[in-house]
Amino acid sequence: MSRVVSITLQNNDDARPIIEAIEKDNPEATVNIYPGMVKIDCEGRLIIKQETVEELLGREWDVQELHLSIISMGGNVDEEDDYFELSWNL
Amino acid sequence: MAEKRKKKLGIKQRYSMLTRGLGWDTTYQDMDKVFPYDNYEGIIIHDWEGWEDPFRLTMDAYWKFQSEKEKKLYAVIDSFAQNNGHLGITDARYVNALKLFLTGVSPLEYQAARGFTHVGRQFRGVGPRVACQMQAIDELRHVQTQIHSMSHYNKYFDGLHSAPHMHDRVWYLSVPKSFFDDARTAGPFEFLTSISFAFEYVLTNLLFVPFMSGAAFNGDMATVTFGFSAQSDEARHMTLGLEVIKFMLEQDERNIPIVQRWMDKWFWRGTRMLALVAMMMDYMLPKRVMSWREAWDIYFTEAGGALFADLARYGIKPPKYADIATKEAEHISHQAWHIFYNYTHAAAFHTWVPGKEELDWLSEKYPTTFDKYYRPRLEYLDKEEKAGRRFYNDTLPMLCQVCQIPMGFTDMDDPTTISFEVSEYNGDKYHTCSLGCKDIFDYEPAKYVQAWLPVHQIYQGNCGGAEVPDVLKWYNFNLGADNLEYNGSPDQKLWDEWQAHRKKA
Repeated sequence: MSRVVSITLQNNDDARPIIEAIEKDNPEATVNIYPGMVKIDCEGRLIIKQETVEELLGREWDVQELHLSIISMGGNVDEEDDYFELSWNL
Repeated sequence: MAEKRKKKLGIKQRYSMLTRGLGWDTTYQDMDKVFPYDNYEGIIIHDWEGWEDPFRLTMDAYWKFQSEKEKKLYAVIDSFAQNNGHLGITDARYVNALKLFLTGVSPLEYQAARGFTHVGRQFRGVGPRVACQMQAIDELRHVQTQIHSMSHYNKYFDGLHSAPHMHDRVWYLSVPKSFFDDARTAGPFEFLTSISFAFEYVLTNLLFVPFMSGAAFNGDMATVTFGFSAQSDEARHMTLGLEVIKFMLEQDERNIPIVQRWMDKWFWRGTRMLALVAMMMDYMLPKRVMSWREAWDIYFTEAGGALFADLARYGIKPPKYADIATKEAEHISHQAWHIFYNYTHAAAFHTWVPGKEELDWLSEKYPTTFDKYYRPRLEYLDKEEKAGRRFYNDTLPMLCQVCQIPMGFTDMDDPTTISFEVSEYNGDKYHTCSLGCKDIFDYEPAKYVQAWLPVHQIYQGNCGGAEVPDVLKWYNFNLGADNLEYNGSPDQKLWDEWQAHRKKA
């Protein structure tokens, strides 16, 4: 049984650094591009690190800014000050 | 980013202070009297503190992010209207999907606002109460932004003028309406299982994600923007759905069979309602992103598979009849479109036979079923229409007592035989469209015998009169404009004029 976690973000300027950070921190992730949106799948778990997004963005980034770009997700959420993680219990 | 401004509290503490920290146990009145509804469904909760809200959004942050979303959205809506954005869509046939959305889906957002306002008062746990209250406000925002976005189309296209009135009266709109009526008349835990879990977590992706992507593909800037803006709240709603399930399952093992039964019921009711979306995706988007079948595979088979594998440790099984629903993904959009093709003289949107390239696309996406069962029928209907004999079905269909869809779906193993089931209750016979709907009826017959079935109501004389035009006037339809075939409609005429101007320019 596949245990893919998934996050879908808007394909816009706000989300692009987040998408790039996800690709950097989750080398196994698959990025699917659809009209208007990007769906990123990853086996088991996927992490968004504040530090990586901030480096790409060149400014402070509150992890909760994710709320402005997220479209959908699958997996159990763990939200902290410096990361946002999706996982299934393996 | 070496010098970071330190927040006084971490996110978990902040969230805890601003939710749990603001709640209290009542002492002048018994807690059971203050919260009378959260235990009659049989769900046993030992410790409300066990509730873990995954998105730790406090009210102050909530307002901040929501206002930012609104500013972005309204900038787009405004510019869309100012710049005649409707001229940029791929084809006027597309607007018919919006008609169905505005009359069928947007009023559900309002129903959701009412439902969450109610349960947001009724849980004695502070975590779920706060999450439900936020969601109630979100849902109100969704219905408002959808009406605002689509009001621009109402200036030019037919069938968009009377959504709330139609939602309460029109035969096919009783399908989504009765779904929410059913959920809102259940207890608070069943309501969250139905709306937050079965609908938002398991199924809404199928409505809002590929369909909105389809809106983007078809040049509908306004709809994409409200769709994705709503969906950004939806991600939070999904986590509420998953959390309520885990919470109930972790609190007491006696909750497991209740939760399983609710999941079975609401998964089935949800897939039935999504037949409308299946048809929107396969037939109503001139440029298509993915077929209903593909969307089902991604969002139910794969995403739902991972979810139910995760819930297996609690003893939860995938929803009953999930196998039948997966078989239906091959057929349901074609069968639903056929029903509406039959009855489009009584609908507030147009139908049509897809063009040759579109039929080819369907043949390619449904290689084992489309050419065998559906393409010949559509080609026949096309020939009839071109010969001046556009087919309309003049008898009213029998409706399923539970999902209220006309009983036109087939047995999935034999797509040439109509599927129907019969139950008896107090000496009367009741018909349902499937084993899934029959199970739901048989468990709570006293509830479903009260269903307001539009066809029965018409025959009883409660819907404006004895003839179809009387009923349609009672629906507030503009006859000859809102209804009937797309070819020859005022929408088509206007669109063709615009295209001619474009060519001239």
